[in-house]
Amino acid sequence: MGKQGGDSSSLINEQGIRADGRRIDELRPIKIEVGILKNADGSAFIQFGKNKIMAAVYGPKEVHPKHSALPDRSVLRCRYHMSPFSTEERKNPAPSRREIEISKVTREALEPSLMLEDYPRTAIDVFVEVLQSDGGSRCAGISAASVALADAGINMRDLVSACAAGKVAGQVVLDVDDTEDKEGQADLPIAIMSTSNQVTLLQLDGQLNEEEFNKALSWALSGCKKVYELQREALIGRYFGKNEKVLEVEQ
Amino acid sequence: MSAVKKIFVVEQLRRVQMSDLLARGTRLDGRGLSDFRELTITTNVIEKAEGSCRVKLGNTELIAGVKVNLGTPFPDTPDKGLLVVSAEVLPLASPYAEPGPPDENTIELARVADRGIRESGMIDVSKLVLVEGKHVYAVFVDVSILNVDGNLFDATSYAVVSSLMTAKIPKYVLDDKGQPSKTDEMVSLPIQTIPVSVTQARIGDHLIVDPTSEEEALMESRITLVSDDKGNLCAGQKGMPGSLTTDQVLQAASTAKLKGEEIRSIIKKAVYNG
Repeated sequence: MGKQGGDSSSLINEQGIRADGRRIDELRPIKIEVGILKNADGSAFIQFGKNKIMAAVYGPKEVHPKHSALPDRSVLRCRYHMSPFSTEERKNPAPSRREIEISKVTREALEPSLMLEDYPRTAIDVFVEVLQSDGGSRCAGISAASVALADAGINMRDLVSACAAGKVAGQVVLDVDDTEDKEGQADLPIAIMSTSNQVTLLQLDGQLNEEEFNKALSWALSGCKKVYELQREALIGRYFGKNEKVLEVEQ
Repeated sequence: MSAVKKIFVVEQLRRVQMSDLLARGTRLDGRGLSDFRELTITTNVIEKAEGSCRVKLGNTELIAGVKVNLGTPFPDTPDKGLLVVSAEVLPLASPYAEPGPPDENTIELARVADRGIRESGMIDVSKLVLVEGKHVYAVFVDVSILNVDGNLFDATSYAVVSSLMTAKIPKYVLDDKGQPSKTDEMVSLPIQTIPVSVTQARIGDHLIVDPTSEEEALMESRITLVSDDKGNLCAGQKGMPGSLTTDQVLQAASTAKLKGEEIRSIIKKAVYNG
Protein backbone atom coordinates (compact mmCIF):
# COMPACT_ATOMS: atom_id res chain seq x y z
CA MET A 1 0.00 0.00 0.00
CA GLY A 2 0.98 3.60 -0.29
CA LYS A 3 1.88 3.63 -3.94
CA GLN A 4 2.52 7.31 -4.22
CA GLY A 5 6.09 8.41 -4.49
CA GLY A 6 9.21 6.37 -4.08
CA ASP A 7 12.05 6.71 -6.52
CA SER A 8 10.83 4.60 -9.39
CA SER A 9 13.40 5.70 -11.98
CA SER A 10 15.69 2.76 -11.22
CA LEU A 11 12.93 0.20 -11.69
CA ILE A 12 13.07 0.22 -15.49
CA ASN A 13 16.17 1.31 -17.42
CA GLU A 14 16.28 3.02 -20.83
CA GLN A 15 16.39 -0.31 -22.62
CA GLY A 16 13.11 -1.26 -20.96
CA ILE A 17 14.77 -3.77 -18.67
CA ARG A 18 13.52 -4.08 -15.10
CA ALA A 19 15.55 -4.18 -11.88
CA ASP A 20 15.64 -7.99 -11.91
CA GLY A 21 16.57 -8.18 -15.58
CA ARG A 22 13.11 -8.89 -17.01
CA ARG A 23 11.45 -7.15 -19.92
CA ILE A 24 8.26 -5.30 -19.12
CA ASP A 25 6.11 -8.10 -20.54
CA GLU A 26 8.05 -10.95 -19.00
CA LEU A 27 7.00 -13.28 -16.18
CA ARG A 28 9.33 -14.34 -13.41
CA PRO A 29 10.57 -17.96 -13.59
CA ILE A 30 7.81 -20.30 -12.50
CA LYS A 31 8.08 -23.87 -11.31
CA ILE A 32 5.13 -25.99 -10.22
CA GLU A 33 5.32 -29.37 -8.50
CA VAL A 34 2.30 -31.56 -7.86
CA GLY A 35 1.64 -34.01 -5.03
CA ILE A 36 4.35 -32.87 -2.66
CA LEU A 37 2.61 -33.61 0.63
CA LYS A 38 1.88 -37.20 1.63
CA ASN A 39 -1.04 -36.60 3.97
CA ALA A 40 -3.01 -34.19 1.85
CA ASP A 41 -5.60 -35.39 -0.65
CA GLY A 42 -4.08 -33.01 -3.13
CA SER A 43 -1.10 -30.66 -2.98
CA ALA A 44 1.14 -28.44 -5.02
CA PHE A 45 4.22 -26.33 -4.59
CA ILE A 46 4.81 -23.25 -6.66
CA GLN A 47 7.90 -21.12 -7.04
CA PHE A 48 6.95 -17.88 -8.65
CA GLY A 49 10.06 -15.71 -8.68
CA LYS A 50 11.14 -15.77 -5.04
CA ASN A 51 7.65 -16.77 -3.89
CA LYS A 52 7.65 -20.25 -2.40
CA ILE A 53 4.13 -21.38 -1.69
CA MET A 54 2.56 -24.68 -0.72
CA ALA A 55 -1.07 -25.51 -1.24
CA ALA A 56 -2.84 -28.50 0.25
CA VAL A 57 -6.38 -29.78 -0.16
CA TYR A 58 -8.21 -31.95 2.34
CA GLY A 59 -11.59 -33.25 1.35
CA PRO A 60 -14.34 -33.71 0.47
CA LYS A 61 -14.67 -34.57 4.13
CA GLU A 62 -17.12 -34.46 6.99
CA VAL A 63 -18.01 -30.92 8.05
CA HIS A 64 -17.23 -29.64 11.52
CA PRO A 65 -19.14 -27.91 13.01
CA LYS A 66 -21.99 -29.97 11.58
CA HIS A 67 -24.41 -27.07 11.22
CA SER A 68 -22.19 -25.40 8.63
CA ALA A 69 -22.83 -28.20 6.14
CA LEU A 70 -24.96 -27.41 3.09
CA PRO A 71 -27.62 -29.90 1.91
CA ASP A 72 -26.99 -29.42 -1.81
CA ARG A 73 -23.28 -28.83 -2.15
CA SER A 74 -19.90 -28.85 -0.52
CA VAL A 75 -18.57 -25.97 1.56
CA LEU A 76 -15.29 -24.62 0.23
CA ARG A 77 -13.03 -23.19 2.92
CA CYS A 78 -9.74 -21.44 2.24
CA ARG A 79 -6.97 -20.25 4.43
CA TYR A 80 -4.18 -18.09 3.05
CA HIS A 81 -1.40 -17.78 5.58
CA MET A 82 2.09 -16.33 5.61
CA SER A 83 4.78 -18.00 7.66
CA PRO A 84 6.50 -15.72 10.18
CA PHE A 85 9.80 -16.14 8.32
CA SER A 86 8.36 -15.44 4.88
CA THR A 87 8.97 -11.71 4.92
CA GLU A 88 11.79 -9.21 5.51
CA GLU A 89 10.48 -8.36 8.99
CA ARG A 90 9.07 -11.23 11.04
CA LYS A 91 5.35 -11.52 10.41
CA ASN A 92 3.13 -12.10 13.40
CA PRO A 93 1.75 -15.62 12.82
CA ALA A 94 -1.79 -14.63 13.85
CA PRO A 95 -4.00 -14.09 10.78
CA SER A 96 -3.97 -10.41 9.82
CA ARG A 97 -6.86 -8.54 8.25
CA ARG A 98 -4.99 -8.71 4.95
CA GLU A 99 -4.77 -12.51 5.18
CA ILE A 100 -8.45 -12.79 6.04
CA GLU A 101 -9.33 -10.73 2.97
CA ILE A 102 -6.99 -12.75 0.74
CA SER A 103 -8.46 -15.99 2.11
CA LYS A 104 -11.87 -14.72 1.07
CA VAL A 105 -10.89 -13.63 -2.44
CA THR A 106 -8.95 -16.88 -2.92
CA ARG A 107 -12.06 -18.87 -2.08
CA GLU A 108 -14.15 -16.74 -4.41
CA ALA A 109 -11.58 -17.12 -7.18
CA LEU A 110 -11.54 -20.91 -6.93
CA GLU A 111 -15.21 -21.58 -6.27
CA PRO A 112 -16.54 -20.91 -9.82
CA SER A 113 -14.22 -23.62 -11.16
CA LEU A 114 -15.40 -26.35 -8.82
CA MET A 115 -18.42 -28.61 -9.12
CA LEU A 116 -19.28 -28.32 -5.44
CA GLU A 117 -22.79 -29.63 -6.12
CA ASP A 118 -21.20 -33.06 -6.64
CA TYR A 119 -20.28 -33.30 -2.95
CA PRO A 120 -23.30 -32.36 -0.82
CA ARG A 121 -22.95 -32.18 2.99
CA THR A 122 -19.15 -32.11 2.87
CA ALA A 123 -16.35 -29.62 3.23
CA ILE A 124 -13.29 -29.05 1.08
CA ASP A 125 -10.42 -27.32 2.86
CA VAL A 126 -7.75 -25.48 0.92
CA PHE A 127 -4.65 -24.34 2.78
CA VAL A 128 -2.27 -21.93 1.12
CA GLU A 129 0.95 -21.45 3.06
CA VAL A 130 3.32 -18.75 1.90
CA LEU A 131 6.79 -19.93 2.94
CA GLN A 132 8.54 -17.03 1.24
CA SER A 133 6.80 -14.02 -0.23
CA ASP A 134 7.92 -11.88 -3.13
CA GLY A 135 4.95 -9.90 -4.35
CA GLY A 136 2.08 -11.53 -6.17
CA SER A 137 1.74 -14.23 -3.54
CA ARG A 138 -2.07 -14.26 -3.75
CA CYS A 139 -1.88 -15.03 -7.48
CA ALA A 140 0.75 -17.72 -7.06
CA GLY A 141 -1.23 -19.16 -4.15
CA ILE A 142 -4.42 -19.36 -6.19
CA SER A 143 -2.61 -21.02 -9.10
CA ALA A 144 -1.06 -23.57 -6.74
CA ALA A 145 -4.36 -24.17 -4.95
CA SER A 146 -6.14 -24.89 -8.22
CA VAL A 147 -3.49 -27.46 -9.14
CA ALA A 148 -3.80 -29.00 -5.67
CA LEU A 149 -7.59 -29.24 -6.14
CA ALA A 150 -7.05 -31.04 -9.44
CA ASP A 151 -4.52 -33.31 -7.73
CA ALA A 152 -7.15 -34.11 -5.09
CA GLY A 153 -9.48 -35.21 -7.86
CA ILE A 154 -12.16 -32.65 -7.10
CA ASN A 155 -14.51 -32.32 -10.06
CA MET A 156 -13.78 -29.07 -11.80
CA ARG A 157 -14.76 -27.16 -14.91
CA ASP A 158 -11.38 -25.60 -15.44
CA LEU A 159 -8.12 -24.73 -13.75
CA VAL A 160 -7.87 -21.27 -12.21
CA SER A 161 -4.72 -19.43 -13.25
CA ALA A 162 -3.66 -16.14 -11.75
CA CYS A 163 -1.18 -13.44 -12.61
CA ALA A 164 -0.84 -9.73 -11.93
CA ALA A 165 -0.03 -6.78 -14.13
CA GLY A 166 0.70 -3.31 -12.88
CA LYS A 167 2.26 0.05 -13.49
CA VAL A 168 5.85 0.72 -12.63
CA ALA A 169 7.84 3.87 -13.45
CA GLY A 170 4.94 5.04 -15.60
CA GLN A 171 4.78 1.89 -17.71
CA VAL A 172 2.40 -1.05 -17.71
CA VAL A 173 4.32 -4.19 -16.71
CA LEU A 174 3.49 -7.87 -16.38
CA ASP A 175 3.92 -9.71 -13.10
CA VAL A 176 4.80 -7.12 -10.47
CA ASP A 177 7.40 -8.30 -7.94
CA ASP A 178 7.86 -7.19 -4.34
CA THR A 179 10.00 -4.09 -4.99
CA GLU A 180 7.85 -3.02 -7.90
CA ASP A 181 4.72 -3.48 -5.80
CA LYS A 182 6.11 -1.22 -3.08
CA GLU A 183 7.57 1.45 -5.36
CA GLY A 184 5.25 1.13 -8.35
CA GLN A 185 2.01 2.94 -9.04
CA ALA A 186 -0.48 0.13 -9.50
CA ASP A 187 -1.04 -3.57 -9.07
CA LEU A 188 -3.85 -5.48 -10.80
CA PRO A 189 -4.03 -9.13 -9.73
CA ILE A 190 -6.27 -11.23 -11.98
CA ALA A 191 -7.36 -14.87 -11.95
CA ILE A 192 -9.18 -16.53 -14.80
CA MET A 193 -10.59 -19.82 -15.93
CA SER A 194 -8.60 -20.08 -19.13
CA THR A 195 -10.85 -22.07 -21.41
CA SER A 196 -13.94 -19.97 -20.74
CA ASN A 197 -12.11 -16.66 -20.24
CA GLN A 198 -14.03 -15.95 -17.05
CA VAL A 199 -12.44 -13.57 -14.56
CA THR A 200 -12.69 -14.99 -11.04
CA LEU A 201 -10.37 -12.62 -9.19
CA LEU A 202 -9.81 -8.96 -9.83
CA GLN A 203 -8.32 -6.46 -7.44
CA LEU A 204 -6.78 -3.09 -8.12
CA ASP A 205 -4.40 -1.13 -5.95
CA GLY A 206 -3.19 2.12 -7.43
CA GLN A 207 -3.96 4.40 -10.32
CA LEU A 208 -4.52 3.43 -13.94
CA ASN A 209 -6.24 5.44 -16.65
CA GLU A 210 -8.64 3.70 -18.98
CA GLU A 211 -6.03 2.87 -21.62
CA GLU A 212 -3.58 1.56 -19.02
CA PHE A 213 -6.32 -0.46 -17.33
CA ASN A 214 -7.26 -2.15 -20.61
CA LYS A 215 -3.62 -2.86 -21.42
CA ALA A 216 -2.83 -4.15 -17.92
CA LEU A 217 -5.92 -6.36 -18.01
CA SER A 218 -5.00 -7.90 -21.34
CA TRP A 219 -1.39 -8.44 -20.27
CA ALA A 220 -2.52 -10.05 -17.02
CA LEU A 221 -4.82 -12.33 -19.01
CA SER A 222 -1.95 -13.41 -21.25
CA GLY A 223 0.15 -14.00 -18.12
CA CYS A 224 -2.64 -16.17 -16.72
CA LYS A 225 -2.65 -18.22 -19.92
CA LYS A 226 1.09 -18.87 -19.56
CA VAL A 227 0.56 -19.92 -15.96
CA TYR A 228 -2.21 -22.21 -17.19
CA GLU A 229 0.17 -23.98 -19.58
CA LEU A 230 2.60 -24.57 -16.72
CA GLN A 231 -0.16 -25.83 -14.42
CA ARG A 232 -1.29 -28.21 -17.11
CA GLU A 233 2.20 -29.48 -17.86
CA ALA A 234 2.86 -29.98 -14.15
CA LEU A 235 -0.29 -32.08 -13.79
CA ILE A 236 0.47 -34.08 -16.92
CA GLY A 237 4.02 -34.62 -15.65
CA ARG A 238 2.69 -35.89 -12.34
CA TYR A 239 0.21 -38.35 -13.76
CA PHE A 240 1.87 -39.48 -16.97
CA GLY A 241 5.40 -40.42 -16.04
CA LYS A 242 7.75 -37.57 -15.40
CA ASN A 243 8.04 -36.93 -11.65
CA GLU A 244 9.03 -33.35 -11.83
CA LYS A 245 9.48 -31.00 -14.67
CA VAL A 246 11.23 -27.69 -14.58
CA LEU A 247 9.51 -25.44 -17.02
CA GLU A 248 11.03 -22.31 -18.37
CA VAL A 249 8.56 -19.69 -19.44
CA GLU A 250 8.66 -19.20 -23.16
CA GLN A 251 7.88 -15.70 -24.22
CA MET B 1 -12.10 -20.22 7.52
CA SER B 2 -15.59 -18.99 7.26
CA ALA B 3 -18.30 -20.07 9.59
CA VAL B 4 -21.86 -20.46 8.40
CA LYS B 5 -23.03 -17.42 6.60
CA LYS B 6 -26.52 -16.30 7.27
CA ILE B 7 -28.33 -15.80 4.04
CA PHE B 8 -30.85 -13.19 3.13
CA VAL B 9 -33.59 -15.35 1.60
CA VAL B 10 -35.54 -14.30 -1.47
CA GLU B 11 -38.50 -16.44 -2.52
CA GLN B 12 -38.38 -18.28 -5.80
CA LEU B 13 -41.29 -16.29 -7.27
CA ARG B 14 -39.55 -13.05 -6.39
CA ARG B 15 -36.37 -14.29 -8.06
CA VAL B 16 -38.27 -15.08 -11.25
CA GLN B 17 -39.91 -11.68 -11.16
CA MET B 18 -36.56 -9.97 -10.66
CA SER B 19 -34.88 -11.73 -13.55
CA ASP B 20 -37.88 -11.06 -15.80
CA LEU B 21 -37.61 -7.38 -14.98
CA LEU B 22 -33.86 -7.34 -15.60
CA ALA B 23 -34.41 -8.84 -19.04
CA ARG B 24 -36.66 -5.84 -19.73
CA GLY B 25 -34.03 -3.41 -18.49
CA THR B 26 -35.68 -2.47 -15.23
CA ARG B 27 -35.74 -3.48 -11.57
CA LEU B 28 -38.16 -4.08 -8.70
CA ASP B 29 -37.99 -0.48 -7.52
CA GLY B 30 -38.40 0.86 -11.05
CA ARG B 31 -34.76 1.82 -11.55
CA GLY B 32 -32.84 1.23 -14.75
CA LEU B 33 -29.83 -1.11 -14.60
CA SER B 34 -27.34 1.72 -14.20
CA ASP B 35 -29.35 3.96 -11.86
CA PHE B 36 -28.33 4.63 -8.29
CA ARG B 37 -30.89 4.92 -5.54
CA GLU B 38 -31.32 8.36 -4.02
CA LEU B 39 -28.16 9.43 -2.22
CA THR B 40 -28.51 11.84 0.68
CA ILE B 41 -25.51 13.11 2.58
CA THR B 42 -25.89 15.22 5.70
CA THR B 43 -22.63 16.64 7.00
CA ASN B 44 -21.45 17.64 10.47
CA VAL B 45 -23.89 15.49 12.40
CA ILE B 46 -21.54 14.73 15.29
CA GLU B 47 -20.14 17.85 16.96
CA LYS B 48 -17.39 16.07 18.85
CA ALA B 49 -15.92 14.52 15.73
CA GLU B 50 -13.52 16.59 13.61
CA GLY B 51 -15.62 15.66 10.61
CA SER B 52 -18.75 13.58 10.21
CA CYS B 53 -21.63 12.76 7.97
CA ARG B 54 -24.70 10.62 7.69
CA VAL B 55 -25.23 8.87 4.39
CA LYS B 56 -28.45 7.36 3.10
CA LEU B 57 -28.35 5.36 -0.09
CA GLY B 58 -31.90 4.15 -0.50
CA ASN B 59 -32.53 2.30 2.76
CA THR B 60 -28.86 1.72 3.43
CA GLU B 61 -27.89 4.11 6.18
CA LEU B 62 -24.63 4.82 7.85
CA ILE B 63 -22.70 7.37 9.80
CA ALA B 64 -19.03 8.24 9.62
CA GLY B 65 -16.81 10.20 11.95
CA VAL B 66 -13.26 11.50 11.63
CA LYS B 67 -11.04 11.72 14.67
CA VAL B 68 -7.55 13.16 14.49
CA ASN B 69 -4.72 13.04 16.94
CA LEU B 70 -0.96 13.03 16.89
CA GLY B 71 0.85 9.76 16.42
CA THR B 72 4.15 8.24 15.41
CA PRO B 73 4.59 7.31 11.75
CA PHE B 74 5.26 3.76 10.57
CA PRO B 75 9.02 3.09 10.48
CA ASP B 76 8.94 2.53 6.69
CA THR B 77 7.07 5.78 5.97
CA PRO B 78 8.55 8.35 8.38
CA ASP B 79 7.53 11.19 6.03
CA LYS B 80 3.83 10.34 5.89
CA GLY B 81 0.90 10.87 8.21
CA LEU B 82 -1.40 8.06 9.23
CA LEU B 83 -4.75 7.43 7.64
CA VAL B 84 -6.87 4.58 8.92
CA VAL B 85 -10.32 3.70 7.62
CA SER B 86 -12.43 1.15 9.41
CA ALA B 87 -16.03 0.03 9.17
CA GLU B 88 -18.39 -1.91 11.35
CA VAL B 89 -21.85 -3.31 10.73
CA LEU B 90 -23.58 -2.51 14.01
CA PRO B 91 -25.79 -5.23 15.49
CA LEU B 92 -28.75 -2.86 15.23
CA ALA B 93 -28.30 -2.63 11.46
CA SER B 94 -29.86 -5.90 10.38
CA PRO B 95 -31.35 -9.13 11.72
CA TYR B 96 -28.34 -10.87 10.18
CA ALA B 97 -25.73 -8.76 11.95
CA GLU B 98 -24.27 -9.96 15.22
CA PRO B 99 -21.97 -8.41 17.78
CA GLY B 100 -18.46 -9.73 18.04
CA PRO B 101 -15.20 -9.47 16.17
CA PRO B 102 -15.54 -8.40 12.51
CA ASP B 103 -16.15 -11.25 10.08
CA GLU B 104 -14.44 -11.54 6.71
CA ASN B 105 -17.16 -9.54 4.94
CA THR B 106 -16.73 -6.60 7.27
CA ILE B 107 -12.95 -6.82 6.99
CA GLU B 108 -13.22 -6.82 3.20
CA LEU B 109 -15.59 -3.85 3.33
CA ALA B 110 -13.26 -1.77 5.47
CA ARG B 111 -10.18 -2.73 3.47
CA VAL B 112 -11.77 -1.93 0.11
CA ALA B 113 -13.01 1.44 1.40
CA ASP B 114 -9.53 2.14 2.78
CA ARG B 115 -7.90 1.12 -0.52
CA GLY B 116 -10.01 3.58 -2.51
CA ILE B 117 -9.07 6.51 -0.27
CA ARG B 118 -5.42 5.54 0.02
CA GLU B 119 -4.65 4.64 -3.57
CA SER B 120 -6.45 7.64 -5.04
CA GLY B 121 -4.20 9.86 -2.94
CA MET B 122 -7.33 11.69 -1.73
CA ILE B 123 -5.44 12.94 1.31
CA ASP B 124 -1.91 14.16 0.78
CA VAL B 125 -0.42 12.25 3.71
CA SER B 126 2.98 13.87 3.18
CA LYS B 127 1.42 17.14 4.42
CA LEU B 128 0.33 15.50 7.67
CA VAL B 129 3.86 15.50 9.09
CA LEU B 130 4.99 17.69 11.97
CA VAL B 131 8.40 16.19 12.71
CA GLU B 132 9.57 13.56 10.28
CA GLY B 133 9.82 10.14 11.87
CA LYS B 134 8.43 11.42 15.15
CA HIS B 135 5.19 13.35 15.10
CA VAL B 136 2.55 13.04 12.43
CA TYR B 137 -1.19 13.56 12.29
CA ALA B 138 -3.13 10.33 12.61
CA VAL B 139 -6.47 10.52 10.84
CA PHE B 140 -9.01 7.87 11.78
CA VAL B 141 -12.25 7.46 9.87
CA ASP B 142 -14.73 5.10 11.46
CA VAL B 143 -17.90 4.10 9.68
CA SER B 144 -20.83 2.62 11.55
CA ILE B 145 -23.47 0.96 9.45
CA LEU B 146 -26.92 1.64 10.85
CA ASN B 147 -29.23 -0.05 8.39
CA VAL B 148 -28.31 -2.63 5.79
CA ASP B 149 -30.00 -2.64 2.41
CA GLY B 150 -27.27 -3.52 0.00
CA ASN B 151 -24.26 -1.81 -1.56
CA LEU B 152 -22.40 -1.18 1.67
CA PHE B 153 -19.18 -0.81 -0.34
CA ASP B 154 -20.26 2.38 -2.10
CA ALA B 155 -22.17 3.85 0.83
CA THR B 156 -19.15 3.33 3.10
CA SER B 157 -16.84 4.95 0.58
CA TYR B 158 -19.11 7.99 0.17
CA ALA B 159 -19.35 8.37 3.94
CA VAL B 160 -15.58 8.26 4.33
CA VAL B 161 -14.99 10.72 1.51
CA SER B 162 -17.66 13.18 2.67
CA SER B 163 -16.55 13.13 6.28
CA LEU B 164 -12.91 13.69 5.30
CA MET B 165 -13.95 16.61 3.08
CA THR B 166 -15.87 18.28 5.91
CA ALA B 167 -13.25 17.62 8.58
CA LYS B 168 -11.62 20.54 10.35
CA ILE B 169 -8.67 19.44 12.41
CA PRO B 170 -6.79 21.31 15.12
CA LYS B 171 -3.47 22.67 13.97
CA TYR B 172 -0.45 21.63 15.98
CA VAL B 173 2.75 23.68 16.26
CA LEU B 174 6.11 22.95 17.81
CA ASP B 175 6.94 24.75 21.07
CA ASP B 176 10.41 25.97 22.15
CA LYS B 177 11.41 22.47 23.26
CA GLY B 178 10.36 21.04 19.93
CA GLN B 179 7.32 19.39 21.43
CA PRO B 180 4.05 19.58 19.50
CA SER B 181 1.25 21.55 21.06
CA LYS B 182 -2.34 22.01 19.98
CA THR B 183 -3.55 25.42 18.85
CA ASP B 184 -7.09 26.75 18.54
CA GLU B 185 -6.73 27.14 14.81
CA MET B 186 -8.75 24.63 12.79
CA VAL B 187 -7.64 23.61 9.31
CA SER B 188 -9.02 21.42 6.54
CA LEU B 189 -7.32 18.21 5.50
CA PRO B 190 -5.06 18.37 2.39
CA ILE B 191 -7.57 16.99 -0.13
CA GLN B 192 -6.24 16.27 -3.62
CA THR B 193 -9.05 14.40 -5.33
CA ILE B 194 -12.50 12.95 -4.67
CA PRO B 195 -12.49 9.20 -5.25
CA VAL B 196 -15.86 7.64 -6.03
CA SER B 197 -16.63 3.97 -5.68
CA VAL B 198 -19.13 2.31 -8.01
CA THR B 199 -20.22 -1.25 -7.29
CA GLN B 200 -21.94 -3.40 -9.85
CA ALA B 201 -23.56 -6.78 -9.36
CA ARG B 202 -23.82 -9.43 -12.02
CA ILE B 203 -27.13 -11.28 -12.12
CA GLY B 204 -27.19 -13.65 -15.09
CA ASP B 205 -25.81 -11.59 -17.97
CA HIS B 206 -26.84 -8.27 -16.49
CA LEU B 207 -24.63 -5.82 -14.68
CA ILE B 208 -26.55 -3.55 -12.32
CA VAL B 209 -25.24 -0.68 -10.24
CA ASP B 210 -26.06 -0.06 -6.60
CA PRO B 211 -27.70 -3.41 -5.74
CA THR B 212 -30.19 -3.65 -2.85
CA SER B 213 -29.99 -6.51 -0.33
CA GLU B 214 -32.55 -8.42 -2.37
CA GLU B 215 -30.54 -7.99 -5.54
CA GLU B 216 -27.35 -8.92 -3.70
CA ALA B 217 -29.00 -12.19 -2.69
CA LEU B 218 -29.32 -13.00 -6.38
CA MET B 219 -25.97 -11.73 -7.61
CA GLU B 220 -23.36 -14.19 -8.77
CA SER B 221 -20.45 -11.80 -8.69
CA ARG B 222 -19.76 -8.23 -7.73
CA ILE B 223 -17.22 -5.71 -8.91
CA THR B 224 -16.28 -2.51 -7.12
CA LEU B 225 -14.20 0.07 -8.98
CA VAL B 226 -13.06 3.41 -7.62
CA SER B 227 -12.25 6.32 -9.94
CA ASP B 228 -10.72 9.71 -9.20
CA ASP B 229 -11.32 13.25 -10.54
CA LYS B 230 -9.29 12.61 -13.66
CA GLY B 231 -11.11 9.42 -14.53
CA ASN B 232 -8.27 7.14 -13.44
CA LEU B 233 -9.25 3.88 -11.81
CA CYS B 234 -7.49 3.68 -8.48
CA ALA B 235 -8.89 0.66 -6.64
CA GLY B 236 -10.93 -2.37 -7.43
CA GLN B 237 -12.25 -5.57 -6.00
CA LYS B 238 -14.16 -8.44 -7.49
CA GLY B 239 -16.26 -10.28 -4.94
CA MET B 240 -18.61 -13.22 -4.50
CA PRO B 241 -18.04 -16.79 -5.73
CA GLY B 242 -18.91 -16.11 -9.35
CA SER B 243 -17.02 -14.86 -12.36
CA LEU B 244 -17.12 -12.08 -14.95
CA THR B 245 -16.21 -12.11 -18.61
CA THR B 246 -13.47 -9.71 -19.68
CA ASP B 247 -16.06 -7.73 -21.62
CA GLN B 248 -18.11 -7.36 -18.45
CA VAL B 249 -14.99 -6.11 -16.64
CA LEU B 250 -14.38 -3.48 -19.31
CA GLN B 251 -18.06 -2.50 -19.31
CA ALA B 252 -17.94 -2.20 -15.52
CA ALA B 253 -14.88 0.05 -15.80
CA SER B 254 -16.56 2.49 -18.16
CA THR B 255 -19.79 2.53 -16.13
CA ALA B 256 -17.73 3.18 -12.99
CA LYS B 257 -16.20 6.28 -14.56
CA LEU B 258 -19.49 7.57 -15.91
CA LYS B 259 -21.53 7.04 -12.76
CA GLY B 260 -18.57 8.16 -10.68
CA GLU B 261 -18.83 11.67 -12.10
CA GLU B 262 -22.52 11.79 -11.29
CA ILE B 263 -21.97 10.75 -7.69
CA ARG B 264 -18.99 13.07 -7.32
CA SER B 265 -21.17 16.08 -8.08
CA ILE B 266 -23.74 14.92 -5.49
CA ILE B 267 -20.99 14.58 -2.88
CA LYS B 268 -19.53 18.01 -3.73
CA LYS B 269 -22.93 19.63 -3.53
CA ALA B 270 -23.71 18.02 -0.17
CA VAL B 271 -20.36 18.93 1.34
CA TYR B 272 -19.92 22.46 0.02
CA ASN B 273 -23.52 23.64 0.32
CA GLY B 274 -24.53 21.50 3.29
